[in-house]
Amino acid sequence: MAMHVARNWRETPERYRMEAAKCKKCSAIHFPARLICPECQGREFATVRLSGKGELATFTIIRIAPTGFGDLVPYAVGIVKMDEGIHVMAQIVDCNPEELKIGDRVVSQFRRINQEGKNGMILYGYKFVPDLGL
Amino acid sequence: MTKWGELWEKSLRDISVEAALKCLDDAGVDKVDSITVGTMSGGLFNAQEHLGSLVADYLGQRFVPATRVESACASGGLAVKNAYMEVASGLSQYALAVGVEKMTDVDGGDATFALATASDYDYEAFHGITFPGLYALMAVAHMKKYGTSLEQLAQVSVKNHHNGSLNPHAQFPCAVTLDQVMTSTMVADPMRLLHCSPITDGSAAVLLVPLTVAKKMNKPYAVITGIGHASDTIALCQRKDFAKLEVVEVAAQRALKMAGKTIRDIDFAEVHDCFSIAEIIVMEALGVVESGQGGPATVNGLTALDGDFPINPSGGLKSKGHPVGATGVAQVVEAVIQLRGQAGPRQIKNARTALTQNMGGSGASSIIHILEAR
Repeated sequence: MAMHVARNWRETPERYRMEAAKCKKCSAIHFPARLICPECQGREFATVRLSGKGELATFTIIRIAPTGFGDLVPYAVGIVKMDEGIHVMAQIVDCNPEELKIGDRVVSQFRRINQEGKNGMILYGYKFVPDLGL
Repeated sequence: MTKWGELWEKSLRDISVEAALKCLDDAGVDKVDSITVGTMSGGLFNAQEHLGSLVADYLGQRFVPATRVESACASGGLAVKNAYMEVASGLSQYALAVGVEKMTDVDGGDATFALATASDYDYEAFHGITFPGLYALMAVAHMKKYGTSLEQLAQVSVKNHHNGSLNPHAQFPCAVTLDQVMTSTMVADPMRLLHCSPITDGSAAVLLVPLTVAKKMNKPYAVITGIGHASDTIALCQRKDFAKLEVVEVAAQRALKMAGKTIRDIDFAEVHDCFSIAEIIVMEALGVVESGQGGPATVNGLTALDGDFPINPSGGLKSKGHPVGATGVAQVVEAVIQLRGQAGPRQIKNARTALTQNMGGSGASSIIHILEAR
């Protein structure tokens, strides 16, 4: 479904730069940013960028895709435990999905995610690829 | 409830009014004080919101206060809770709860999109995950942590389809074999087609009245003695343990406490088996078995119709169908049918106390009811 440009534009800090919020009271990191810390109710945060590095906590291979993702099938989607300790969900690409294992090291990259219909906005964001330590 | 399935010739208003009329006829009531409609997304499935008024109008209950409630796939359970609150508060004497979803007015891709809006859209669905995918992530975590096997997952579907084959209202009232489940089309590894609940058109309704009124109606009834309702993080990835559903643990504790019961006092349960893994994790969260024992217990027959703790005698979401907003109400309907002893070939012997567990999203909400026979 095509949304107003602002619907996607305002997500830029998270999608393009993986900006998270670090609670100034208890140091908990939240991705996406929140206005109130669920750990300590703190309301002041510092913006931090996630390192993009982590390991695969769980994953699946999507064989029947939602509208807009059909061309990618089969593709892996996983939950990555970031080195900062928090978890992020995204696609795992540039790999054979069948060979993925829990615990695999991955690193985020800036990629094209989807397009809102034939004439809609191209949406970008983060995906993870195997961390080859390059 | 009425027959569920792909009801091409029937509209959203048709199916909700049919279910409501069946309920009112059963109770011998022709005028209600309030209506609560549980629906996930009339907007995305049918381009129709404002369902409270739609149902009240076409049910011939003009001017009756009508409220639509939403908690994704737990909207039906929430409708029952809201009707309970109508009665408990004294605002209504006859409070009708209707659950409905008419899902086949859009194609499969749009239905998948509508359902995906129950996830954290910007951080889950945006990345191409589907609901089978979200539950697959839980399944992989559960298999890794506890050694749950593909056979154990598949056995949930075999058991529920057996039960559903005895339920004339079920969308797919047919048995399936372990082999059929384990070789069905892969949807999101390891969730195959026959691990997944289907797209369904359907509605269900229950009437809630004060006990003093129920006793005078000279009709068989059951009593809601416990309600537990909880919410959790909207995104699966923000929970500490992906092989667990804490929202169900919390809701169950609340419902059991209110009813003055423990899980050992429950004779059977209708649970939210939207995917096979969900039934396994839910039975662990309810305390029916220890964490990690849901798979082996299913294979050992604990949850079968003649087991010590039958789960989903109706056939569950898997076989009966899953019109998302209707499911929570239909679970309560099945509990009442069983407690009245009217379930025919799927009747559970000596069923006196039932638990229904309805769940929204990947476990971001859950509503549990405890019902007792009278």
